Amino acid sequence: MPDHLSALQLILAGDPALFAIVRLSLGVSLAAVALAAAIGMPIGALLALTRFPGRPALVVLLNAMMGLPPVVVGLALYLLLSRSGPLGAFGILFTPAAMVVAQTVLILPIIAALTRQTIEDLWAEYRDELNAMNVGPIGRMTTLLWDARFSLLTALLAGFGRAAAEVGAVMIVGGNIDGFTRTMTTTVALETSKGNLPLAMGLGAILIVLVLAINAAAWGTRVWSQRLTG
Amino acid sequence: MAFRRLSVALALLGSLAASIAASSAQDRSIVVASTTSTQDSGLFSYLLPIFKAKTGIDVKVIAQGTGQALDTARRGDADVVFVHAKPQEERFVADGFGVKRFDVMYNDFVLIGPKSDPAGVKGKDIVTALKAIEAKGAPFVSRGDRSGTHAAELALWIVAGIDIASAKGPWYREIGQGMGAALNTASAMNAYVLSDRGTWISFKNRGDLDIVVEGDKRLFNQYGVMLVNPEKHPGVKKELGQTFIDWLISPEGQAAIAGYKIDGQQLFFPNADKSGG
Repeated sequence: MPDHLSALQLILAGDPALFAIVRLSLGVSLAAVALAAAIGMPIGALLALTRFPGRPALVVLLNAMMGLPPVVVGLALYLLLSRSGPLGAFGILFTPAAMVVAQTVLILPIIAALTRQTIEDLWAEYRDELNAMNVGPIGRMTTLLWDARFSLLTALLAGFGRAAAEVGAVMIVGGNIDGFTRTMTTTVALETSKGNLPLAMGLGAILIVLVLAINAAAWGTRVWSQRLTG
Repeated sequence: MAFRRLSVALALLGSLAASIAASSAQDRSIVVASTTSTQDSGLFSYLLPIFKAKTGIDVKVIAQGTGQALDTARRGDADVVFVHAKPQEERFVADGFGVKRFDVMYNDFVLIGPKSDPAGVKGKDIVTALKAIEAKGAPFVSRGDRSGTHAAELALWIVAGIDIASAKGPWYREIGQGMGAALNTASAMNAYVLSDRGTWISFKNRGDLDIVVEGDKRLFNQYGVMLVNPEKHPGVKKELGQTFIDWLISPEGQAAIAGYKIDGQQLFFPNADKSGG
């Protein structure tokens, strides 16, 4: 990316390298959100609806894992995915796939923990009704997840925000390779280290605007579909 | 609604998987573990398109400090290493992790410091300068990251007869980061810092800093390139990696390195010797 251009000029000129970086950032983070939701929501719902010894400890652990340090997750995955590591045969270190895995690990606890809280609160409200209707465990889970879908959108957005904003994990497992694994956040880190502070700040502003736009779109979708479904 | 969202997510996943599969299917790419100085100075963004146009090979550069780059290669996560710390490189080859080491190019280190020059070292030789900085306790930023530049800095303290491990005080700040970050830090606290000339020339946030010592022959900075040993790591892309090395040390690659300039200043000086070293 040419250094002498400001970030705004890059946008106005439709710089293809910048668009590739934005596309990769969004693609990786959205894929991580989809994967983490597919795994984390059932786990959260299950944890909300079941009672077993050790459950409180598990809930505390899950809540604590929302604060996993990205750089530690990145390092652990680096050691696992390295050619010399146990999962080295897959050869996905320094690829976008490794970045998706890292971000999924980071946001899975967030989505699972927020889902558990949401479903548990809703369960208190629905319990008598669902018991009276004699709904089975799977039915309870799907009913509650479906009825909580608008609140769960917030859990997805929290996960997306964390994924799109982090730099530690994708830097380590992606390697910040130009045109291949370079994301918005790793570009900001790189331009900062080149002393290109105005460009770095401009790219940071683009990232913030994108996250804002996605949140606004999610909000709009929610309002619109709530109106449709009543 | 939920199904539509799910299918959008699945489509996204699918396209991502497809693009990953496509990139590994062509497989005309290699991973090069290199240093922050070669990346931050812009050398790779100049060289690699020329190499790709000639061979069609994509070179993916992971920019780390020399120590970390050699470690990445030792684990088999890179095909080629391109760094600047000759003793460490020779050990890497001697230990069987690299096939053979080739000189590629050199530039030099420069001592950067505030224009006000509180330690009064401007124009002195590097040994006198380091002694003065230590004696005055003038702020000095050290990379502290086992990089090639860090290794060179530690060697220079030894040449100056200073045992930095015991002499260091609040004036000596090890930041454990790359060259650009070290320059940013020095710029913010008006400190002295040892930098490779290439990164300095391309650095944009100079503040009050300038070159205070240069041209001392002890500031010579040699870069070398090595293929990671395929016998240790069968995943290494031997032919493609060797093609890259052969090109770097060929007259054409050497001319390309000499042709990289910022504001008319040449950053790296090719000095490959085909026999290796």
